[in-house]
Amino acid sequence: MAGIEMKNIVKQYGDGFPAVNDVSIDVEDGEFLILVGPSGCGKSTLLRMIVGLEDITDGDMIIGGKKVNDLAPRDRNLSMVFQNYALYPHLTVYENIAFPLRLAGKSDSEIDEKVREASKTLELDEHLDRKPGNLSGGQRQRVAMGRAIVRDAEAFLFDEPLSNLDAKLRGQMRTEISRLQKRLGITTVYVTHDQTEAMTLGDRVAVLKRGVLQQHATPRELYENPANLFVAGFIGSPPMNFLPAKVDGNRVELPFGTVTIPEARAAKAQGRDLLIAGIRPEHFEDASVVDSDKVTDEATFTATVDVVEWLGNEAYAYIPFEAPDEVREQLTQLEKDLDGESLRTQLVVSLDGASRISEGDEATIWVDARKIHLFDPSTGDNLTIDPDNAGIIPGGNTMAKAEEVGEQQDGVKPSAGSSPS
Amino acid sequence: MKNKTTIGTWIGFVAILVWCLLPVVWIISLSFKSVEETAAGSAQFLPKDPTLDNYRDILSNGDFLAALRNSFGIAVIATFLAVVFATLAAYAIARLEFKGKRLVLSLALAIAMFPVVSLVGPLFDMWRTFGLFNTWPGLIIPYMSFTLPLAIWTLSAFFREIPWELEQAAQVDGATSWQAFRKVIVPLAAPGVFTAAILTFFFAWNEFVLAISLTSTTASRTVPAQLSYFVGPDPFNPPYGQLATASVVVTVPIIIIVLLFQRKIVAGLTSGAVKG
Repeated sequence: MAGIEMKNIVKQYGDGFPAVNDVSIDVEDGEFLILVGPSGCGKSTLLRMIVGLEDITDGDMIIGGKKVNDLAPRDRNLSMVFQNYALYPHLTVYENIAFPLRLAGKSDSEIDEKVREASKTLELDEHLDRKPGNLSGGQRQRVAMGRAIVRDAEAFLFDEPLSNLDAKLRGQMRTEISRLQKRLGITTVYVTHDQTEAMTLGDRVAVLKRGVLQQHATPRELYENPANLFVAGFIGSPPMNFLPAKVDGNRVELPFGTVTIPEARAAKAQGRDLLIAGIRPEHFEDASVVDSDKVTDEATFTATVDVVEWLGNEAYAYIPFEAPDEVREQLTQLEKDLDGESLRTQLVVSLDGASRISEGDEATIWVDARKIHLFDPSTGDNLTIDPDNAGIIPGGNTMAKAEEVGEQQDGVKPSAGSSPS
Repeated sequence: MKNKTTIGTWIGFVAILVWCLLPVVWIISLSFKSVEETAAGSAQFLPKDPTLDNYRDILSNGDFLAALRNSFGIAVIATFLAVVFATLAAYAIARLEFKGKRLVLSLALAIAMFPVVSLVGPLFDMWRTFGLFNTWPGLIIPYMSFTLPLAIWTLSAFFREIPWELEQAAQVDGATSWQAFRKVIVPLAAPGVFTAAILTFFFAWNEFVLAISLTSTTASRTVPAQLSYFVGPDPFNPPYGQLATASVVVTVPIIIIVLLFQRKIVAGLTSGAVKG
């Protein structure tokens, strides 16, 4: 077992496509790190550089204190679970799991012992004699993991391992992976584009955009203190709401009304004209179900609810609003970066299940003003960030840098699409 | 309606069977007829008086046995070498990016397009100079060069089908490139390898023009060429029975080999490699 240190890693493909740009991430021994980002953000490329399947253009890859830039994959002693499992179809489950051990020249008895142990852990005992072609998706996934845990690798690498499973199985396997990693205590790097997996599995999460590191922090830090608009929009489901805002003293003018925010936050956002306010859906509530002492004029507004989705424990209310052009452009771009498609600017409000608000109602909504973040619309930076609780944020304006790289990437001929997501 | 289709299918099936197998049955039937019967002129379909004399004669014919040995040796060696070279070449073509990849492929195709007859003359002269005339290598080399293109094309198509991830997985699991190739890629390409092997073997086993032109004695003459020397004592009365028997004897190995390899050509071997 060993830590993995990435120092200023750069990957540029032969045709000039800059896939990964100056990324530095430190994975501690035994840590579970998630690399997350929308498709094309270079997270898989980064993982493949760790394992040695991609050459490193520049920077240092250090595993267990040893620089491994020029080592072949087999000399790095890492094990990897591929997105499509990559099981050997001509071998039985037993032989698939035994494959790395056989290559290492272990004795038959030792191989048998280890394979049995791995298959017991993953509950594959009754499938050992079957071929991968006869297994279900979840079973294949477990065989792929068996192959990874059977030898004493320095670290586990996962490349979107759950993306081919259906929703229910995905949830189960997610828990299983988490449990396995905690038990084995082995350094793990896990690539995903699914923010739920990122939040639930990771000790720390590195958010990438266009091959530029945006923020590297614990899930809680990412959620509560996103470094910029991109991270704020990416982490959380349903995503954070972005509203045009004007700050005057400690009063913030939103499309629906004016709320009062704490002095300390307001101070960081003074002297600016138009800002973007970020409010998570759960920081809104139906005023009628909130404790009456919290409900003041400064913290409530009324709006017409367009659609309500009632889920039992909670309900999502959608409230459309008009955004000024300056902000709209930034928001549309952001939506595109997040692999989404913005049809309209609307507010998503998470309401208590007990709320009686229904479609078409004029509702009084309370907002938790302490949790409002304010972003600079031109750079995307979070102005109200608490730097002590935001993990590692690379210097410079990372969002703007990602934009710049994005333009370079788009400039490379479309044939460069060979880069994996 | 459904009945009609079934009946139609069966009629077509039987027609094709008769069309294809009647000559074969005729040859087999001939091989059991005595000389008197084949020379009589008004031969009937089934032998009147079945005899194994023809088989006894042919299997005690030293020249024929030598030719059979040559055929076997030459076909097996040519097949083996062609498949090994084609596997390596096809792997490189499917996996590696190198300059002139297209050139290699089109050149291979161009070679396959040359009619064998046009090369017989030059080869004859060259082989005499090099001392390859009437030797095994003298036939193995041209057989390989005529079968390699097809083998390379077949195999590179098979290699392209194999997910590259499997090879990378093997490398991460600790395999060298060679181990990954041998333990993962080749077993998966086995159907392709066997297809290429069968095609090559057929070509080498049945080839006539080169075999008759580049050999002069039974030291290297193969069966198809040797059969043309089965003329018998009377030029107006060829030994049909013997010829038919020889044909049967050379066809049997082919059938055995096809049956053996057919098992290996299992389609869909790669299913389940990737994707859920």
